[in-house]
Amino acid sequence: MALDLMKERGIPLARQQFNWQDLVRTPISKLNDDAFTRVRVILMNGIENEAWIFQHQFARMNRDMRKELAMVRRVEQHQQTLVNWLLPADQSVLETTIGYEQVAVEVTASVAQHEPDPYMKQVYEFGVLEDFDHLYRYAALMDRLEGKDPNCILQSYTDVVPGRPTVEQHRHPFDDLRTPYDRKKAAPITRIHALLILAAEQQTRNFYATVGNVYADPVARQVYAEISSIEEQHVTQYESIIDPDETWMEKWLMHECMEVYCYYSCMQQESNPRIKAIWEMLLDYELGHLHHVMDLFQRVEKRDPMEVLPAKLPEPLDFTSHRDWVRKVLDTQVDLRADGPRFVPKEQLPPTSPSHAYNKMVNAKGSPTEIVSAGYHWIPGTELIKRAQMLRAAQAGVH
Amino acid sequence: MKTPVDMGMNKTGAGLHPRQTQEMIEAAEGARVPPGDETAMAEVRAGYSGSRDVIGTMPPPASVKGAAKTAMKAATGKKATVFIDKLAERMAFERTGTRLYEAIRAKLAGLGGGDGIGLYDARLREIQNQETAHMELLYSCIEKLGADPTTETPSADVAGVQSLGILQVLTDPRTTISQCLNALLTAELVDNASWELLIELADEMGQQDMVNEFRIALQEEQHHLDTVRNWVVEASRKELHGHEVVA
Repeated sequence: MALDLMKERGIPLARQQFNWQDLVRTPISKLNDDAFTRVRVILMNGIENEAWIFQHQFARMNRDMRKELAMVRRVEQHQQTLVNWLLPADQSVLETTIGYEQVAVEVTASVAQHEPDPYMKQVYEFGVLEDFDHLYRYAALMDRLEGKDPNCILQSYTDVVPGRPTVEQHRHPFDDLRTPYDRKKAAPITRIHALLILAAEQQTRNFYATVGNVYADPVARQVYAEISSIEEQHVTQYESIIDPDETWMEKWLMHECMEVYCYYSCMQQESNPRIKAIWEMLLDYELGHLHHVMDLFQRVEKRDPMEVLPAKLPEPLDFTSHRDWVRKVLDTQVDLRADGPRFVPKEQLPPTSPSHAYNKMVNAKGSPTEIVSAGYHWIPGTELIKRAQMLRAAQAGVH
Repeated sequence: MKTPVDMGMNKTGAGLHPRQTQEMIEAAEGARVPPGDETAMAEVRAGYSGSRDVIGTMPPPASVKGAAKTAMKAATGKKATVFIDKLAERMAFERTGTRLYEAIRAKLAGLGGGDGIGLYDARLREIQNQETAHMELLYSCIEKLGADPTTETPSADVAGVQSLGILQVLTDPRTTISQCLNALLTAELVDNASWELLIELADEMGQQDMVNEFRIALQEEQHHLDTVRNWVVEASRKELHGHEVVA
């Protein structure tokens, strides 16, 4: 049953409290929990980080709202910590990276399929094929650097094959800008989608930009540098689909609504009861934020928040494997390129497109993602299984 | 070219700044700090450890049939998952080991040869191939027992965490041959002890075929250890006499 945003008021802001031990709970199990539990944890960390960043930007541009923002933001900060600390320490940076790309693929796939605006849908389809390719490149890195099987993280939900090759994703900044939705016409779910995908991509960019330097291996450092740059392009793309004429208060309201939507989706589908209880609690906290901001909105903008919000929450995100859908999009759209805000077949990208020169410049000495995945085909148990078989065959030939 | 054991501009010692260090000591001694000692940390850790949560468990049993049934018959009354977990741990280690040798071979190729310590690519490749073969041996043993060799078991997972530091040393372009050999020595010492344990466990489980195959693997591992140890000794000796260590 859909959640009624007017009726469900959650926990009031004044009663939202944490101590340090509340924030540091037993993490999920990398081995035993379902991959989608990890997907949800990673997604919600991104959502909370966006809430935090947005509210800071708002506070920097607005004198009157600073106290209110500071109050809500402190809770968002602690929610983010609680959620992100659910990832376990035996999950290496590279394994977490594989998890990030699984989020990008499966959550974007769900969003694209539920998106009513055809142009926005096309934007998500364009983006998902790029993250899908990142997953393949990082999988090769994991296999070839650490000797580990990326499928232990993916749990067979997501394919490990090339998408739109990362080497071809490097575009001129102008070719990452899209046409925004119109705030007066867009369906609430369109606005929710845009914000949540932006949040997910933004945390991916921030994560790679932060952890890329923990590797000693120069190839790994290069791969993170290259893909981090694409994630910056994706942040540019997804923030550009949001109407810049929304007021700050309207944006805040939509942020809180999007957080409610995401926690609601997580809560509904969570398989680990301990984590489900956390989603449930944080959903209540977010409902508390939403109603707090609805009151503020009414006071400041002198209009009904329900002009902006949906009366009932739309259908939740679909945390399942979207393998068939991704394959279909890959088949039909891998050769699309961006020509400003438009998407065109590769051969129709004008020779004057600034992306040609940009791509040539960054790839002048080769692309790390091509190097790391040269000849790479994923098989269960890592590609060393195949090598072992070949070695054995060669030895048998000698004797 | 300077080597890491030549004198340079290392700034980490407090002795470089005696006056400032003395001021810091006085400030630290006089500082108001929370009462107690490091047992407070131990108490928090003990509190978390007492929660009985584990990193993960073994998977549900696969359908055991045919050859696997026969193989497991000998193990009646024993907890087969313990043995499978240890097999998977060794397999994960050998797999990462293959990548470790790949990393040192790449480093060596970049440095070129010279008046060295007898560290040749051919020998490294031989060791690397044996690590790969050991991995495959363990893969097939796990299969024979009716388990899924693609599962990352709890011990395999923990072994992966342990190996990360060694991997970092081997893949850092700034580390020397000598530093890398030292990291490899750590890996080979653990590997030897672990194969010995595996032979004991296979024996307890009544897996005589595995005992025989593991003994051959252990012999090869002992050669790896001897070889790496000799390289480490040679490298240290060279450095002691002021020579740069080259392959």
